[in-house]
Amino acid sequence: MSYLYYPGCSAKSTGKAYEESLLAVFSALQIPTIEIEDWNCCGATAYMSISELKAFALCARNFALAERQSKGTTMIDLIVPCAACYLGLKKALLYLREYPEIRTKVDESLHSAGLKYTGHIRIRHPLDILVNDVGLKKIASLVTHPLDGFRVACYYGCQVIRPYADFDDQHEPSTMDKIVESLGAEVIDWPIKTRCCGGSLTGTVQEYGLRLSYNLLKEAKKRGCNVIATSCSLCQFNLECYQRQMKRRFKDKVNVPVAFFTQLMGMAFGIPSRQLGLHRLLVPLQQPSKTKADVGGHHVYN
Amino acid sequence: MSNDEAIKAQFEPKIVAFFCNWCTYTAADLAGTARMVYAPNVRVVRIMCSGRLDPQFVLAALREGADGVLIGGCHPGDCHYQEGNYKALRRFTLLKSLLKSMGIEQERVRLEWIAASEGDKVQRVINEMTETVRQLGPLRLEPTIYNLIEDSLLKIPETATLAKGDEL
Amino acid sequence: MSTTEIRSNGTPKVGVYVCHCGINISSKVEISKTVEFAKTLPYVTIVRDYKFMCSDPGQELIQQDIGEGKVNRVVVASCSPLMHEPTFRNVMAKGGENPFFFQMANIREHVSWVTRNKEEGTKKAKSLIAAAVCRVALHQPLERKRVSIHPDVLIVGSGIAGIHAALTLADSGKKVYLVEREPTIGGHMAKFDKTFPTLDCAACILTPKMSAVLAHPNIILWTYSEVIGVDGFVGNFKVKVKRKPRYVNEELCVGCSECIEACVYKKARVEDEFNVGLSKRKPIYIPFPQATPLVAVIDEASCLELKRRKCKKSCVDVCEPNAIDFDQTEEIKEIDVGAIILATGFKTFDARRIFRYGYGKYNNIYTSLEVERMVNAAGPTSGEVILKSGQAPKMVAIIHCVGSRDNNTNRYCSRVCCMYSLKIAHLIKERTGAEIYNFYIDMRTPGKGYEEFYDKLLKEDVHFIRGRVAEITDWAMTPEEEGKLIIRAEDTLVGAVRRIPVDMVVLSVGLEPQADTEEVRRLFNISCSDDGWFLERHPKLAPVSTFTDGVFLAGACQGPKDIPDSVAQAGAAAAEAMALIDRGYVELDPNTAYVQEDFCSGCKTCVNICPFNAISFDGDKNVAVVNGALCKGCGTCVAACPSGSLQQNLFTDEQILNEIKGVVSYV
Repeated sequence: MSYLYYPGCSAKSTGKAYEESLLAVFSALQIPTIEIEDWNCCGATAYMSISELKAFALCARNFALAERQSKGTTMIDLIVPCAACYLGLKKALLYLREYPEIRTKVDESLHSAGLKYTGHIRIRHPLDILVNDVGLKKIASLVTHPLDGFRVACYYGCQVIRPYADFDDQHEPSTMDKIVESLGAEVIDWPIKTRCCGGSLTGTVQEYGLRLSYNLLKEAKKRGCNVIATSCSLCQFNLECYQRQMKRRFKDKVNVPVAFFTQLMGMAFGIPSRQLGLHRLLVPLQQPSKTKADVGGHHVYN
Repeated sequence: MSNDEAIKAQFEPKIVAFFCNWCTYTAADLAGTARMVYAPNVRVVRIMCSGRLDPQFVLAALREGADGVLIGGCHPGDCHYQEGNYKALRRFTLLKSLLKSMGIEQERVRLEWIAASEGDKVQRVINEMTETVRQLGPLRLEPTIYNLIEDSLLKIPETATLAKGDEL
Repeated sequence: MSTTEIRSNGTPKVGVYVCHCGINISSKVEISKTVEFAKTLPYVTIVRDYKFMCSDPGQELIQQDIGEGKVNRVVVASCSPLMHEPTFRNVMAKGGENPFFFQMANIREHVSWVTRNKEEGTKKAKSLIAAAVCRVALHQPLERKRVSIHPDVLIVGSGIAGIHAALTLADSGKKVYLVEREPTIGGHMAKFDKTFPTLDCAACILTPKMSAVLAHPNIILWTYSEVIGVDGFVGNFKVKVKRKPRYVNEELCVGCSECIEACVYKKARVEDEFNVGLSKRKPIYIPFPQATPLVAVIDEASCLELKRRKCKKSCVDVCEPNAIDFDQTEEIKEIDVGAIILATGFKTFDARRIFRYGYGKYNNIYTSLEVERMVNAAGPTSGEVILKSGQAPKMVAIIHCVGSRDNNTNRYCSRVCCMYSLKIAHLIKERTGAEIYNFYIDMRTPGKGYEEFYDKLLKEDVHFIRGRVAEITDWAMTPEEEGKLIIRAEDTLVGAVRRIPVDMVVLSVGLEPQADTEEVRRLFNISCSDDGWFLERHPKLAPVSTFTDGVFLAGACQGPKDIPDSVAQAGAAAAEAMALIDRGYVELDPNTAYVQEDFCSGCKTCVNICPFNAISFDGDKNVAVVNGALCKGCGTCVAACPSGSLQQNLFTDEQILNEIKGVVSYV
């Protein structure tokens, strides 16, 4: 397996904790995380809506750079943690393969930058890599601090799962659940784990965005969870950072910690919390007391 | 385009197909009922089972002027007569090595399993094979090979009286 | 042309008849050109063309030419021989000529219907006609062998279709073996409460037929039995049936159920198959009160005595007629029959395959078959429609097309679900007065009285929402939704997405072929269509026969259908079987193999090659001998014969080689 790491823009800003914990965990699992040199923004959902072709070109530049960087290897797996990047890059890969007209135009633009894309790229989400390449056994074997007392609601969001996910079921995904379970935590089953958090709506039409995210928090809390695990920086942002506004609007204290699943992994592996970016969480996450939370999950940690 | 290429582009291959009655012939009928259009270069000879296919038929077809031969039978396990298609497969394998030593390209003779409901497969296989043989060009047999084939064909003595052994 | 002397009816005078088939052929084949071409072929004396060769005037043309001595061999260039070979062979016979001096050129299914332009079509047609002419010149006269037909019939499967076919045949005086896998007959219909559209009680109309089967002197009923081997051919099938041990003597048991009461397992623990898992039964059981035969059966997998020989056998103690026999073993029966009818029915779609409907995950989501048992007064809830909590539901959703009309599961429509969904809506409303929502894609109510049944439901205040349900969850957004199952569906007629909280969901599952369809079809040497149902000979004109002579189909095993259609098909299959048997004989196809003894070297290669054991060896003469009655005409032995002494009637090496010559060298 030949890996290269594509962080995406949010990994360096609001989603910093995601990158920190991902790198720490992958390092413990001995998966190389070398960044693609001079990688550029993938355009995410915004640019894809403005000009598909240009967005494809942006994405393809990253592919070409990756190929150039690992010359001599056949297939290169790009580790793409951010859900929007995952979706955009995967879409670009697919369209470039299936539509020769698009491929020719993109090849031309790459050529003008002195680059070439030959189709030896695969886009992989960390969930995919952890479950399929590393394996749950290996992950469990590195657990030194099992997450006793943690009742985790795994939240996948939409972009990793739909429509291009090939490593998990689109209606009932289970990769994150399996990973969290192997850390010794209890996993809560809930039916809306792929329901949209509102995405950019929290910035544009806040009342709708808040509503969507609040629905998720409320349901997870109702089912007794004491932390929500996410795999997307925007999901984590939406669920965590607006809990005060939600309290005002919906008259509900909420107060649910929202962490990246990689942070939970790091905690279970015994990696110091500073390295996992745990200090960046607005709703702090701590090891719950040994007594289990009562049914209904109204026990809140501060 | 070179002369050779020009000839190839104009060339309409003649392909003889031996279809078994129960599966392949029925599938070809189905393709017809569904109006699936395909290349007109394949001409079908109907036999009851692909197991009836004597390799000499393939050689005779090539000798008479065919550029390719297609053999159609039921999928393994589905032969109406239990095992005829397995026998066909064995004979076909031996025939392939014979053709090789004669210098006849492997792609000119093809064996396909086609089920009675696979009209679309008939269409696809015929189209594919026509193109393949078109690219190979007309079959040109050296005179010595021509005689070899002639000799290997079974000759039925002309004054044969046929005793039909039907005992109940 | 071969220089071998042409035999039998003198010098060949081949008549070529080219059919236009309306414009089916003439639109893509230039008829006049093919006629001109045919005239140039050797041995051809007459060439005619006509709009419809298979019609009476068309057939007359041939007959007349034969009668006037103008032709003694015929080539018809028209449709597929699979369509009309028998028709034209008959015409030959009527004209006074041997029917096998005939060959067809398929210029419709294989030419005009599949070729782009007329030039290409005409060229291909010419080559096929040349092939047919070259071949027919070498045909020999053949006689069809007549073999007698065994008058008994085997019917496999005893749901309503099997039962009806059995009664029809038995009434006509035929002996019928009715083999059923389950311990009782009745099939799926025995599980229903009421049937649409009349709302007749299913048991009331079925049980008289079931009793009639048991009582009929001409029906041999073997329940708890399976067919394990089929040999032979039409009119002469040899079938092996395995009778599984019930461990209860059928002759002695009176069906009093004392043994069930007395069983050492005081609590029932085994999933009751008849009640589709909604209740439990004991290891010794009678499937339902009207089971036929009314005989107890002991399940090997759960009975203590059968598993460990350690039970105190209280069942034996209470059995007055002494019917329980733990030493019973399985019996293999061998029977001879002339015709076989397959009436093996269907199974329902497994709703667990659609995750988003939550079947098996949430409580109170049932399949339609489970609800049938629930509303049945003799069922696990005594006819009450109740939730797991024991209360009656106030809001019920019925979801159509579960597993059907779906690219992810089954593409076809299962035909009966709309009607039974309406029926279930009616029954639940009647019993509980609940609000009912039917979620449908289209309302398919084509039968007699079906549309009127739909009208009735509309008047009963059942809500109909046209929209495929996206998901069922227990995610409540408002206090009213707490504890309910939430249906999310787009109401396409209103143009909005709706959330409907309900207490109970009924999934109207589609019909599927039985799980062992592949094994069964190989056993009987028939085919299946793409979606897995048994393949009929022709979808419009021969829905109950198969490509294997003597094997017929009846009921849902051929495709999803309701009870009236199953009964109709059963009657049709019985009639066709009856026609076969009453004719008294079967004419075997004459394309059998034969040995030219003078050239047989006695190498015995052919003897072991024949899958039907039709070839034996004559030690005295040192030659192979073909049994014409066993030979099925595949020709595998002919291709294997090193000396060429084995030939196949109608498919001799000569004939095929000349056909090859004809098809390649003339055009």
